[in-house]
Amino acid sequence: MKIDTVEAAGRTPDQEQPHAALGLRGDEYQRIRDILDRRPTSAELAMYSVMWSEHCSYKSSKVHLRPFGDLPSSERLMVGIGENAGVVDIGDGYAVTFKAESHNHPSYVEPYQGAATGVGGIVRDILTMGARPLAVMDPLRFGPPEAADTARVLPGVVAGVGGYGNCLGLPNIGGELVFDGCYAGNPLVNVLCVGVMRHEDIKLARAPGPGNAVIIFGSRTGPDGIGGASILASETFEDQKPTKRPSVQVGDPFTEKLLIECCLEIFAADLVVGIQDFGAAGLSCATTELASAGTGGMHVVLDEVPLRDQTMTCEEILMSESQERMCAIVEPDKVDGFLAICAKWEVRAAVIGTVNDSGRLTVEWRGEQIVDVPPRTVAHDGPVYERPLSRPDDQDALQADTPDRLSRPSSADELRDTLLGLIAHPNLADKTWVTEQYDSYVRGNTVLSQPEDAGVLRIDEQTHRGIALSTDGNGRYGRLDPYVGAQLAVAEAYRNVAVTGATPIAITDCLNFGSPEEPGVMWQFAESIRGIADACRELGLPVTGGNVSFYNQTGDVAIHPTPVIGVLGVLDDVRLRLRQGLGRAAGEQIALLGTTRAEFGGSQWAGIMHGHLGGLPPTADLAAEARLAGVLAQAAARQWLTAAHDVSDGGLAATLTESVLRYGVGAQISLPGDRFVALFSESAGRALVAGTAYGLAALEVACTEARVPVTRIGTVGGDELAIDGVTPIPLADLRTAWTDALPRLFGAVTPP
Amino acid sequence: MTRVVVDVMLKTEISDPQGQAVLSALTKLGHQGVQAVRQGKRFELEVTDPVDEAAIRQIADTLLANPVIEDFSVHVQT
Repeated sequence: MKIDTVEAAGRTPDQEQPHAALGLRGDEYQRIRDILDRRPTSAELAMYSVMWSEHCSYKSSKVHLRPFGDLPSSERLMVGIGENAGVVDIGDGYAVTFKAESHNHPSYVEPYQGAATGVGGIVRDILTMGARPLAVMDPLRFGPPEAADTARVLPGVVAGVGGYGNCLGLPNIGGELVFDGCYAGNPLVNVLCVGVMRHEDIKLARAPGPGNAVIIFGSRTGPDGIGGASILASETFEDQKPTKRPSVQVGDPFTEKLLIECCLEIFAADLVVGIQDFGAAGLSCATTELASAGTGGMHVVLDEVPLRDQTMTCEEILMSESQERMCAIVEPDKVDGFLAICAKWEVRAAVIGTVNDSGRLTVEWRGEQIVDVPPRTVAHDGPVYERPLSRPDDQDALQADTPDRLSRPSSADELRDTLLGLIAHPNLADKTWVTEQYDSYVRGNTVLSQPEDAGVLRIDEQTHRGIALSTDGNGRYGRLDPYVGAQLAVAEAYRNVAVTGATPIAITDCLNFGSPEEPGVMWQFAESIRGIADACRELGLPVTGGNVSFYNQTGDVAIHPTPVIGVLGVLDDVRLRLRQGLGRAAGEQIALLGTTRAEFGGSQWAGIMHGHLGGLPPTADLAAEARLAGVLAQAAARQWLTAAHDVSDGGLAATLTESVLRYGVGAQISLPGDRFVALFSESAGRALVAGTAYGLAALEVACTEARVPVTRIGTVGGDELAIDGVTPIPLADLRTAWTDALPRLFGAVTPP
Repeated sequence: MTRVVVDVMLKTEISDPQGQAVLSALTKLGHQGVQAVRQGKRFELEVTDPVDEAAIRQIADTLLANPVIEDFSVHVQT
């Protein structure tokens, strides 16, 4: 096959190029010609097309993400937005890095491998920062539970997340499982990874120092996932032409495990000056990003890249998204040591180029020059769009259609039946069917995992310093009001971390939306960003990084705006963490913290019982959330409480169900005001707590000082959930309703 | 009854970690000369006559193989 060289490109300016098939618009293609002052070679065109795709360039989202950068700086933030993952200081010299990413489209095409490679990718992002990956979490969203497509996609996704994570020896400490019609055909598979390092060990993606070697290590490069970055994530499925059919990637967790250990040994020996993983856009991305963040130039000999298939073209090598690969910048006198450690771990490594100060990325193949570009123009100077945005026409009608017209249960039996009906719905039911497929305790430092409100990890075995993590998002709230919905997502993840007794210190985000070419979606996106940024400003939390996933829609129908927020918290002593279950101490009394209002817009009750979505979401009172978190942290440190559990989806009814079933100890509850509102409203800023008489008395004093409303609502004991005015429910009946839902839908789990 | 064999292999462009692990083990055991290994699955179906090959292909396409990442071939044994 004839090679399209830089020289040939200069000679044949009029040669037609398939820019449109590669996803580049005419004006974008012209811009490349202007930058290069000639037509691009086919290799250059391949690089620009993947790097200027929505997935890699954030061309539609960039202008809207600026508020995150404008947030006041936080003393905790060590590395912010722009690197592979943000890094925060958790004290005692430890730095924690965490990030969430989406693998929505690949997981729809091939559920197992799509989800598995999603885990692999985010783990490498964390590793790239110099950290040892510690744990993963998986916020998952699917179509209606009974839909055929959900039955096809869900088991594969769960098995893929579990298969890859379990093989790596990383505990899965939490996540979400949500079903909603809007995700039919567009499941959301988000994965979060967290890792830890010492402050001095942070690594960055840059290639400084002329003469330094560029080394590719890990798996060989094969013809898988070619163009996946630009085509998979930039087109909706209906548009897919056969020629664009993605070539799915297969993950190899055992190679990744070797890569992790190999990298950590290389980091410990201080053998790299810069490092980058191969994610979407493969070599195109790694070389241009490293070069533009370093001395500015790099020469790569593509023939040196280890290949799985010798028939690959140079364009394919540059675009390949083969998994489990990394790129390191190594000083010349350290190359031998680097290669020796790779050999020890049986990781294939090859020197493929050199850093220089030419300001150009040049690539050579079969003795010919095929790429000669300013790397910054590929990696960072892609197109930026201010896409039109407008509030959807139906937004007013949606908000006017409040849940007030829905019939509410009132008799004792009706209230009982409503409670049982809600907790038996897959959105609120026991998630053990999923979580038992994950190893949550490998590595021995998991203090809390599902079904607790947040995952808690011990970081230091001497001091017991630890971290807490939670991910949350609520597309129904987002649909009703994307600004408030995004704030509520921040608030819920924040609260879930706080109820373990941890102090929230930073957030990451994974923003899942429809097509940015639709003004209504763009409006939802801009409003959501504004909501997150305002919430973070009020709570004093930095945004450490994030991920944007657009084009989550089928035809004209976009998913609900679904920003998923991950909040990280610190616990000075993980032995003092709070848990959700009642019955760990004798004579426990129960109290509800926060204010309950009649808020049913977007609630699970409206959705499950009436198929209704309308009105306004609950109030987001972030100052109240901060006060609640302060009281909870104080209560945990002083050991006033024996249990704490967040109140959110499904209201107090769902919270009580989970708390009594955790250890199989019942409760007698007496609720003030309207019982229906007390049980099923989803007012934010609330938590259920339990403690001894002495502990709750101390808490009440602290709550009064902090202006957190506190209401005694009952006592712990017995073998039923007995709520005044509601027909008592034996725990056995409650447990059957709650635990049977997922197995009934998806069958018994077959061990992997 | 006729035996129908369905061979399922990962598509050539797809990475095959199992095959690579076998190759690596062969090298460690001192076996020279094996350059590449790819591992697949073989199904043996006992089918009542006459064999409807189209039906077998449909079985392979929808259940035995994952056509997103695997190819299959059907052999009717005589």
